[in-house]
Amino acid sequence: MVIEIKNLAFCYTGVPVLENVNLGLEEGDFAILTGENGSGKSTFLRLLLGELRAQTGSIEVYGEDISKCFGREKMGYVPQNSISKNQNFPATVEEIMMTGIYKPSFRARFHAKKEKERLKEALREMEMDGFWKSRIGELSGGQQQRVMLARALVGNPRLLILDEPTTGMDTESVKKLAAVLEKRNREDRLTVLMVTHGNSGLFKGANRFFRAEEGRITEE
Amino acid sequence: MSILQYGFMQRAFIVGILLALITPCIGITIVLKRMSMIGDALSHSSLAGVALGLILGINPVAGAVVTCIIAALGIEAIRKNIPRYSEVAISVVMSAGIGLAGILSGFVENGAGFNSFLFGSIVSISWGELALVVVISVLVLGAILFFYRELFYIGFDENAARISGVKVRNINFLFTILTALTVSVASRTVGTLIVSSMLVVPVACGMQMAKSYRGTLICGIIVAVSTTIAGLFLSYYAGLKPGGTIVLLEVVWFVVVMIVKNVNK
Repeated sequence: MVIEIKNLAFCYTGVPVLENVNLGLEEGDFAILTGENGSGKSTFLRLLLGELRAQTGSIEVYGEDISKCFGREKMGYVPQNSISKNQNFPATVEEIMMTGIYKPSFRARFHAKKEKERLKEALREMEMDGFWKSRIGELSGGQQQRVMLARALVGNPRLLILDEPTTGMDTESVKKLAAVLEKRNREDRLTVLMVTHGNSGLFKGANRFFRAEEGRITEE
Repeated sequence: MSILQYGFMQRAFIVGILLALITPCIGITIVLKRMSMIGDALSHSSLAGVALGLILGINPVAGAVVTCIIAALGIEAIRKNIPRYSEVAISVVMSAGIGLAGILSGFVENGAGFNSFLFGSIVSISWGELALVVVISVLVLGAILFFYRELFYIGFDENAARISGVKVRNINFLFTILTALTVSVASRTVGTLIVSSMLVVPVACGMQMAKSYRGTLICGIIVAVSTTIAGLFLSYYAGLKPGGTIVLLEVVWFVVVMIVKNVNK
């Protein structure tokens, strides 16, 4: 089991936001979690990312508590598309891509530059290699999201978590994103968990569908 | 150059340049994490430490360092308790710092000494204070260079950084302590009312001038160092307050860069 969530519950100041969530994903699953605003899906994601701690229940990734997996198990993350946040952020695509091969070890500090070709190759897969020296804020929303996906995939993760990756993207960009995810899922057995509230119909390769509603997550 | 014949001016230049090197290094993370007010909160808290130092007859800068660190830890503690409204922590600590400084200032016998911390007095730095600035500057520069990748990663995407194995909580804690140290020594030289500007304005210039994070940091340092040197010269020959002169030159640089950038659009 890649992800195993048992009896997960979370309250904000006494108000239950998530109740008794049970969910399991096997290797090679392509799961989509949908839900309206306030359904609890954002809280669920924040728990998965270690930003919040569950009050009851457990989240295990490859049989270990998720907090122990960060930096060890190969997890990738694509954040919500936020053009306004990135608009003035002073970083080039190159610098953003370097974070995709981050390793906590001391020696890794001195080897990152040798990985440039691998980073460019990952960008090439997303047709973004021509933007290596561009400032991230100069790119369109769809281009930024392709860079984020390239960054997440360059470390060859076994599990990829995506937070509303299609927000603000045109249909063509969503199709491109879907094609890359489906290819990796099919060929490399990459396990995908995507949280979204729209466009899920364009992801034909998905095999598991979950819905968040009033703090409960059910499989459809 | 007669200005550099004086020991007090030599010390002023050394301290000024060191602070100009470290303030953008701290400032870039502060700006990118949208925590610009933290400089104000810590500098006002440092003022309470200055007053306490003057009352107890110990080095006021040492007092400022202690209260700044306590204030920084207070901000972290409040943030943990109310994570959804973390900016409240800065306001609470700033209020506490101002209140405490106000009360303690009433017990300070040497009012002129206390007031000199409001706008700084870089030209009256002692050898002991110079040594303290050197030690803290080396410490801050070393830590910032060592954790460069982590600070960039957290600034850009804290969740992705955590998943990749960055010890986000530890790095944030360390950064808060480094900020406290920087603010406390900078308060002595440029003044508590101005130190926040020194953290933010050079970085704001760098963001207008460079595309990359590295470029922004380098441009920020260039702006800070050049305005510090020019400000010290100008204040010496024109009889102006050095802290205020330096910050105003930084603001002039920012406005010029903004105008040039808009004209070239």
